[in-house]
Amino acid sequence: MADAIVNSTVTSIPPISWHRRAVDHLMTGVAVLTVALVLLPLFAIFAYLVYKGIGSINISFLTQTPKPVGEAGGGMANAIVGSAVILAIASLMGVPLGIGAGIFLSEYGRNRYGDAVRFVSDVLNGVPSIVIGIVAYGLVVIRQKHFSALAGGVALAIMMVPTIARTTEQMLLLVPQAIREAAYGLGVSRWRTTLSITLRTATSGVITGVMLAFARVAGETAPLLFTAFGNQFWNLDPNQPTSALSLQIYTYALSPFDDWHRQAWAGSFVLIVLIVSAVAAVRIVVRRGTLAGA
Amino acid sequence: MGVGITVDRLNAFYGKTQALFDINLAVQANHATALIGPSGCGKSTFIRCLNRMHETIPEARVEGAVRIGEFSVYNGTSATQLRRRVGMVFQKPNPFPTMSIYDNVAAGLKLNGFGSRKKLDEIVEKSLRSSALFEEVKDALHKKSGASLSGGQQQRLCIARALAVQPEVLLMDEPCSALDPISTGKIEELIFQLKEQYTIVIVTHNMQQAARVAEFTGFFLLGKLIEFDKTEKIFTNPSDKRTEDYVTGRFG
Repeated sequence: MADAIVNSTVTSIPPISWHRRAVDHLMTGVAVLTVALVLLPLFAIFAYLVYKGIGSINISFLTQTPKPVGEAGGGMANAIVGSAVILAIASLMGVPLGIGAGIFLSEYGRNRYGDAVRFVSDVLNGVPSIVIGIVAYGLVVIRQKHFSALAGGVALAIMMVPTIARTTEQMLLLVPQAIREAAYGLGVSRWRTTLSITLRTATSGVITGVMLAFARVAGETAPLLFTAFGNQFWNLDPNQPTSALSLQIYTYALSPFDDWHRQAWAGSFVLIVLIVSAVAAVRIVVRRGTLAGA
Repeated sequence: MGVGITVDRLNAFYGKTQALFDINLAVQANHATALIGPSGCGKSTFIRCLNRMHETIPEARVEGAVRIGEFSVYNGTSATQLRRRVGMVFQKPNPFPTMSIYDNVAAGLKLNGFGSRKKLDEIVEKSLRSSALFEEVKDALHKKSGASLSGGQQQRLCIARALAVQPEVLLMDEPCSALDPISTGKIEELIFQLKEQYTIVIVTHNMQQAARVAEFTGFFLLGKLIEFDKTEKIFTNPSDKRTEDYVTGRFG
């Protein structure tokens, strides 16, 4: 009896027509094609960077400072370290500020003040980076009376804040109200719930926002031109003019020397590799802390 | 030990809409009290007024007096202090998804600054045993996330989490509505045992459930408490016509 029922249902389903099959294949093809189109520029850029840059990367490129104009050899070691210093300063200022603003927007900003902050933050996101460089110049460089890594860090931090704030807000809003209520129900105060429950639940999304902002400012050149300024020599003092990879690439790419052109390519390659590995490292660290089934 | 609850002329509002009208009610210590009524009748709002969860919703407010044991809910105590004495279990299981099973149970104590590791281990095990979950999860306390459990297990985890703060009252807002009959049976058994130590107020849509677990039952309709009496009386010989219509299935 049961067999009969099963058989009759199976036979009663009509075979899928060639038309439906064709549409199915067509749509799958279109989807694959669009993915390829999106990924193509990325791979093209990366492949070209590898092709142009990898030949000029050697020990001296990674360990030496630039040679004087006209002399061959030398490297970008000071620029690599300088970039790291500037980005560290920018992250130290921009990440807490951005996450804090995101928390305000999501947990306390469902009102006019929140709307104002949201609007300003969106506008800030659209301000050209060179304008932000001028602002940092006015805020830090003029007061200090000299260029510095600190000024560069401030410029990049300002650029990070709106991106981090808005993604943090979105990620916190995705945390169901029921999770917050569960914490309130245990007698946990509101600020503690926000930090230990809501933010913790949204961690991976918030990190994505932070990494996005980080990767975006890591390659910025314009805001560093008259803040960090650049430096041909080693400098680890955040109060002194500091070299950055993007600045060095800019200077070398515009120069008339073949050797500098090659180094600019190598520098671009190193910059991309560093950004990708920084993002990957953070992802791995975060994943290691996650539990099965979470 | 559980404590009694007295509610005196309680009115609750969402903005301009009034959700509860002059509720008077006395809940006996160490008994289970069920609240029944059709959807939207205010029973969830009522239970959320008992631990001041109602006021976490924007524009919601409460008038009237509630006493739990010897202290007044809306006069002089902070909401966080109160909620440590009045545990709550929600309709949908809501374990903290990024925390391990252990951390879920310990959350209430840890986040309120309770540090002693050894004592914490003890309380977590005791709470999980009380909610009849310990045997099923003891090998994965630190390894698995609370969200990896089945729905019924998650709800028992939430009960353990509420018990770990050692409350005097346990509020349950339709705790079985998202669960299958077997898990529901387990939770009902649990309520039976928990009554010895806690005062339980349970909101339910399931009238058989009210009849099975509760000594007292209150019937809500359109924001008013229509009738409150011994469960047996409510289901066999209610004084109000509307209660009779509801429990016999003539409406709602």
